[in-house]
Amino acid sequence: MDNQITLRVDGADTPLTVDTRTSLLDAMRERLGATSAKKGCDHGQCGACTVLLDGRRVNSCLVLAVTAEGQEVTTSDGLATGGTPHALHDAFVDHDAYQCGYCTPGQIASAAGVLAEAARGWPSAVTEDLVADATDLTDAEIRERMSGNLCRCAAYANIVPAVAEVAVEQGVRA
Amino acid sequence: MREFRYEKATDPAGAVALLAGEPEGAYLGGGTNLVDLMRLGVATPDVLVDVRQLTSTEVEDLPDGGLRIGAAVPNADLAGERRVRERYPLLAQALLAGASGQLRNRATTGGNLLQRTRCTYFTDTTMPCNKREPGSGCGAVNGYHRNLAVLGATNEGADSSHTCIATHPSDMAVALRALDASVRVLGADGERSIPIAELHRLPGDDPSRDTTLAHGELITAIDVPALPWATRSRYRKVRDRASYAFALVSVAAAMDLQGDVVADVRIALGGVAHVPWRATVAEDLLRGGPATEAAFVAAAEAELAAADPLSDNAFKIPMATNMVTRTLVQLAEARA
Ligand SMILES: Cc1cc2nc3c(=O)[nH]c(=O)nc-3n(C[C@H](O)[C@H](O)[C@H](O)COP(=O)(O)OP(=O)(O)OC[C@H]3O[C@@H](n4cnc5c(N)ncnc54)[C@H](O)[C@@H]3O)c2cc1C
Ligand code: SF4
Ligand code: FES
Ligand code: FES
Repeated sequence: MDNQITLRVDGADTPLTVDTRTSLLDAMRERLGATSAKKGCDHGQCGACTVLLDGRRVNSCLVLAVTAEGQEVTTSDGLATGGTPHALHDAFVDHDAYQCGYCTPGQIASAAGVLAEAARGWPSAVTEDLVADATDLTDAEIRERMSGNLCRCAAYANIVPAVAEVAVEQGVRA
Repeated sequence: MREFRYEKATDPAGAVALLAGEPEGAYLGGGTNLVDLMRLGVATPDVLVDVRQLTSTEVEDLPDGGLRIGAAVPNADLAGERRVRERYPLLAQALLAGASGQLRNRATTGGNLLQRTRCTYFTDTTMPCNKREPGSGCGAVNGYHRNLAVLGATNEGADSSHTCIATHPSDMAVALRALDASVRVLGADGERSIPIAELHRLPGDDPSRDTTLAHGELITAIDVPALPWATRSRYRKVRDRASYAFALVSVAAAMDLQGDVVADVRIALGGVAHVPWRATVAEDLLRGGPATEAAFVAAAEAELAAADPLSDNAFKIPMATNMVTRTLVQLAEARA
């Protein structure tokens, strides 16, 4: 069944008619030509489709496009401002934090979410002191918090220091 | 995926009214389980009523010191909620042990409680499964079942319409079972409160029903009663990889330790049954007794004595026994 919606992706509003069954991921990639987020599994199991929805990281393959109306969708592409890469983009390049690059936009959107969650003081499954006021994104914390993003090329060893570098800049890593 | 109509209501009563006339409709929370099952052809609703932000997104204080959690509170926000981290560490830890950061951001409290089993035959429409297709038999008993139940299952053979050895996959529900939470539900006849012990059901003679909810009943909130000694509590989970995997076995436990005596204790197990399993046999043995490792082992073994494993999941019995023991030892040693 068709619904009329307006999707706001990386700052651009586009009205479109979608079948209710369409995922946000497919609407972006197939209809808007916004191919930053990737399809790995289509089941919430790999994280390649990660985007920020009103600033929170989610798996866009499990979000129905019709539910995203009125929300701000930010892909890895949209994290760059006016042609200037985001600090995470630079850090991924500097640390060689990918091989094929397929999982990378999802990794970067997810890392942006991790930094925001740490700034809110949210704990993770490896946090010793659950009631601590501030989060310290140690390597173990980054690994746990990024575990929703699989990398078939296993670039993990370089992804962790890339995220760590930006975490230091943002004051969420000692 | 079957075609469906997408509906939004303006309030919870409106959502209940919308679904009342739709026998094949369903509520949509975060969609992290339902959309997946629809894509797999396992769930085939013809109408979705979006309730993701319709019920409360707040965590409120109850007069007794407990908390009321709105059904629309995302799992991530609940785990990050300071009052949960302070009063109910086992609940925060259970939430953080589940799924991934992305999924927890999207998943709701109500949807988490009603997520369906991860039995691989249930999610594969080419396989026999009494839960998905009543009467088709159970593919798991003679097949892949190392992740399935050892307690409270029904096994009358692969061809019986009663057989189901599925497990309930939620981590959060295990902590809520230990905390004696109750679930507030809105139906066509008004609101009612269900003890979580009575929400999920064993497969019995109808494996297709996971819960006692009637069609169209909407979860509006979860009440967690005060339990001052839950500050001495913990959730532990064993899985096939270090993160982002469902439990093989998990334990939620809280202990009221008075000197060297276990004045009171709560223990619930995940990954072992069709419901979050409350370990009442172990609790009864421990209450009023010494807080020693020997007592913990004896209580854990007594709880698991009723286990009825299959060829490939018997490992869960020593695993659960060891996890209960280690968790209680840790709680006894912890600063409150
Ligand atoms: C890859 C992956 C890994 C995961 N790992 C874990 C894990 O380790 N541990 C764990 O516990 N979970 C895990 N999950 C499951 C996840 O926690 C659930 O999918 C999520 O909690 C469901 O919440 P939701 O709001 O998205 O529910 P939905 O998918 O929207 O709904 C689930 C069910 O609840 C019904 N429903 C929703 N809200 C209401 C309401 N208010 N009243 C009545 N009915 C309602 C829906 O109709 C549907 O039947 C994982 C999921 C994925 C995809
Ligand atoms: S264990 Fe239950 S869910 Fe799994 S195949 Fe058997 S009947 Fe279906
Ligand atoms: S494509 Fe969405 S999680 Fe894999
Ligand atoms: S860089 Fe190839 S999948 Fe991650």
